[in-house]
Amino acid sequence: MRNFAWAFVLISVVSACTFNSNDKKTLPILGSRKLETKTVDGKTVTDTVYQTITPFKFVNQYGDSITNKSLDADIYVADFFFTTCPSICPVMHRNMLKVYNTFKNTGDFKILSHTIDPKHDSVPVLKKYADKLGVTGNTWWFLQGKKESTYELAEKHYMVAVKGDSTAAGGYIHSGYFILVDKQKRIRGVYDGTDPNQVDQMIGDIKTLLAEPDENIAQ
Amino acid sequence: MKFKKNGAILCCLSAILFIAACENQESVEFKRYYSNGSLIYQQHCQNCHGTNGEGLSALIPPLTDSVYLKNNRNSLACYIRNGLKGKITLDGKEFDDAMPANNLAPMEAAEVITYIQNSFGNKLGLTTIDQAESDLEKCK
Repeated sequence: MRNFAWAFVLISVVSACTFNSNDKKTLPILGSRKLETKTVDGKTVTDTVYQTITPFKFVNQYGDSITNKSLDADIYVADFFFTTCPSICPVMHRNMLKVYNTFKNTGDFKILSHTIDPKHDSVPVLKKYADKLGVTGNTWWFLQGKKESTYELAEKHYMVAVKGDSTAAGGYIHSGYFILVDKQKRIRGVYDGTDPNQVDQMIGDIKTLLAEPDENIAQ
Repeated sequence: MKFKKNGAILCCLSAILFIAACENQESVEFKRYYSNGSLIYQQHCQNCHGTNGEGLSALIPPLTDSVYLKNNRNSLACYIRNGLKGKITLDGKEFDDAMPANNLAPMEAAEVITYIQNSFGNKLGLTTIDQAESDLEKCK
């Protein structure tokens, strides 16, 4: 009888473990969060409010106006670069090209590359850059806008340090991060865009995020 | 008679040793250029031209076109030092973006040229410091 009890415990433990491993992997929600208490139907309800990407407005390589609303139905990856950058940008975009080729036929996925040198990187310059990179269609947008707006978006919302520095090669320093954002504009992953292993990890995470059920999205 | 035969063998042997030693010295020199060149490539060239010299689409030319490298071998040191602008054609594709200047010493230029010319499928032999110095004097 005693043996039977032990066997029962063992089976429960094993089945509990198996159950856990069947749970689908979900990505963490990054950035700051705060608790918000409000009254709904006479009851006090506390909700977690996650940091989201602020509204923005830029122009893409086709001259089309792109706002945060253009991405309401998409998950996306954002990065910061400039076309004349001799240091890490070619590495980042060599890696991003792999991401583009993996997801270019996926409807609800986009890549946003913000130029941090809008003075040089006009719309025609960005178009030429995209053409030479081999990017067509509307999966990968190269965005140009006011320098201050881009810097503010980068520093305050994508947590990326993008600062003017005339002593660095190309006149700018920047961090080379790829930031993964979900349909609710929450940050779900930050990756070193110069490291092929981290970019492979990101490709896996994008698949996980694309598979996230819709009921999580409607909030 | 016996002495003569031994002498001939000795002659042959020393000739073989001599040639082997020469070759060995040359290959030691080549290896030194090549391995130093590999480090210089990582520091100055790899971000743009790639780990395997593959370049980047139509933006950055690859370093895999042996014919281009051979035809321009006496200009490569100048391209590296002063940068390169204007249209070039290699691997059957056109490129017209600018390569920035890299202020390398003649020895470093010789080493990195040796590395590039013997990697990524290229087999174009050693470029010595003397060669690089004389090429650099003729830069436009």
